[in-house]
Amino acid sequence: MSVITARSSRRTAGPLFVAPFLLLFVLLFLAPLGYAAYLSLFEHKLIGGTTFVGLDNYVTAVKDPQLIHGVLRVATFFLIQVPVMLVLALLFALALDSGLVRLARVVRLGIFVPYAVPSVVASLMWGYLYGPDYGPFAQLSKALHVPVPHFLSSGWMLGSLANIVTWEFVGYNMIILYAALRAIPHELYEAAAVDGAGAWRTAWSIKLPALRPALMLTLVFSVIGSFQLFNEPNLLQRLAPAVIDSAYTANLYAYSLAFISQQINYAAAVSFLLGLVIVIVSYAVLLTANRRRTP
Amino acid sequence: MATSSPQFPVSRRTLLASAGAVSLSAALAACGGDGKGGGGTSAAAAVSQADIDKAMSTATELTFWTWVPDIAQEVALFEKKYPAVKVKVVNAGQGGPEYTKLRTVLQAGTGAPDVAQIEFQYIPTFTITDSLLDLRPYGAAALKDKFVDWTWAQVSGPNGEVWAIPQDTGPLGMLYRKDIFDQYGIQVPTTWDEFAAAARKLHAANPEVYLTNFAASQPAAWHGLLWQAGGKPYVRSGKSTIAIHVNDATSKKLAAYWGGLAKEGVVGIEPDFTDPWFAALNSGKYATWLTAAWGPVFLSGSAKSTSGKWRAAPLPQWDASTPQSGNWGGSTSAVIKSTKNPIAAAVFAQFLNVDPASALLFATKQFFFPATKAVLADPAYVGATPAFYGGQKVNELFAGISSTVNTTFQWPPFLDRVEADFKETVGKSLTDKTDAVTALDQWQTRITTFAKGQGFTVQ
Repeated sequence: MSVITARSSRRTAGPLFVAPFLLLFVLLFLAPLGYAAYLSLFEHKLIGGTTFVGLDNYVTAVKDPQLIHGVLRVATFFLIQVPVMLVLALLFALALDSGLVRLARVVRLGIFVPYAVPSVVASLMWGYLYGPDYGPFAQLSKALHVPVPHFLSSGWMLGSLANIVTWEFVGYNMIILYAALRAIPHELYEAAAVDGAGAWRTAWSIKLPALRPALMLTLVFSVIGSFQLFNEPNLLQRLAPAVIDSAYTANLYAYSLAFISQQINYAAAVSFLLGLVIVIVSYAVLLTANRRRTP
Repeated sequence: MATSSPQFPVSRRTLLASAGAVSLSAALAACGGDGKGGGGTSAAAAVSQADIDKAMSTATELTFWTWVPDIAQEVALFEKKYPAVKVKVVNAGQGGPEYTKLRTVLQAGTGAPDVAQIEFQYIPTFTITDSLLDLRPYGAAALKDKFVDWTWAQVSGPNGEVWAIPQDTGPLGMLYRKDIFDQYGIQVPTTWDEFAAAARKLHAANPEVYLTNFAASQPAAWHGLLWQAGGKPYVRSGKSTIAIHVNDATSKKLAAYWGGLAKEGVVGIEPDFTDPWFAALNSGKYATWLTAAWGPVFLSGSAKSTSGKWRAAPLPQWDASTPQSGNWGGSTSAVIKSTKNPIAAAVFAQFLNVDPASALLFATKQFFFPATKAVLADPAYVGATPAFYGGQKVNELFAGISSTVNTTFQWPPFLDRVEADFKETVGKSLTDKTDAVTALDQWQTRITTFAKGQGFTVQ
């Protein structure tokens, strides 16, 4: 008797515990997503109103050169910026974990602080630093009589954006990796020491393999972050309007379509396609990593 | 202020009464031509003075979206005159952000304000969606003569609708550094040819100094200068037909002029209202700023270190025998069609900008450049001699310029997109120093494609 009630109460307890999450998930995530999907099937014209167009918006979007350029640009950004950022984060995490760095707490906080700076503030600050006339780099170059670097020109812009994003997120990724390093059992290090492994060998053969799940996590976060690049280009647009156009990144394009061109339906379709790209790239990243792990 | 405010209560009453009669006849005329227009039908039902009196003595709360700082002072004047009506002021963002929110609540069908601040050039983007209330039945047509002609033309619809009440304006002039002009022996240019010659001379004399900065990414300034040049880039006929000529002869003349100076490297082409731009105005990198009538006060706050060195002059002219100017900026108060209190909202929009005390406050407290003839003739306003401009009567100068602004310039009903496309074609070409005249054709193609996609018949 008592066994049965315990079992049935356990059966209701599970869903009850999940309910708060599910409710918010449906209300704040699935419902808007469904509404966006619904919107993407229509077309609204200033003259003529709203009509159902089926998948026409998607057909237009996959052929839209502005969207394709935007996606290719963030893909380039991902390929350049993410390796630099993750390698830096990894080096910092290993250095801090090695116990060889003096003032480890201060250094750790120092690297992490940029993440606490809102990306809007960070972009404004870097926008000032990049300034071709009055920015400190320009002033320094003038004082030293060397050519002023044009951080905001079309050739440098992607690199300048990558620098801002790296500055912002190295600390965040470092903390994830550092936490994973602290979770490695000390017995492993002792065993390695007994086997005669030095600091480098320990890092290579013990720490790195143990970090793989954490690295995968940071990599997938970075895929999403890179492909959704928005704040930084949106703010630097004011400083370099001729370089950053309304379709500079795919996300910026979706925003411009919705709020400048008032093409909300088409913007919804573009957003969905961008989401699809992110899912595919994330899945590809996970798939290659898993395949390597099980040879 | 003291001379004009006591007479107001009397004139207000007669004004509203006569307004009813005027708007009625205007409405009948409008209906004869085009009976199906939303404005035409509502205008027919002119609101009687009794109804207005009743509405203004009924307890009401109006919501007013505006980004004007300290507007509580003007609102207080209204609430004092109509104690039954309370106005809730909401700052929903300046310009673009406000319009985005406004469009969102209009689509949602709830949450729209009763009255909203809208810039002149954006009025057509809200009339195309039938979101504004024609103010004629509420006495607005009778206000025509109180406002400078071009400002009234900007708020008027093709059938005489009054879509908004002008609040402040920005006729274009030229602010220049007298000290720099004197140092390099430059005369104040009165024609664009003289201006170009001065630009070359100044930059040759000192490579660190430019005669001006042409913000290539500033479509509002471009439109203002095009307006001055007599351009008619957008002409609408009926709701769904628009003629787009952003690459006609006038525009090409303008693009060749600025594109040429940019290519020669004798004018700056950096974006405006950025930190480097503010620093440049302070340091004397630019000897003039081609700007609107709100510019003088703005500059005296942003370039304090240069006080006393600046002077103001009219824009250089294409044809010196007929002085012209364009407009850049300025706002209106519009009543949103979905309002549940159309009378109170319409009376508020009118009071705010017509009441002599309120209108003068905008000019003296917020430093807005006035839209009403009364303030533009008020010695207290035009007689001001700011030290920043060496005691020059700057307001008087711009008051004169305001009367030279062309009255026929029109805006497209999808201005946001037009401006974004400008930046990516003409603006980019000026910055990159490629052929700006060819870029006009790209701009034309882009807008035309967009307009057709939105269902317009493009001529």
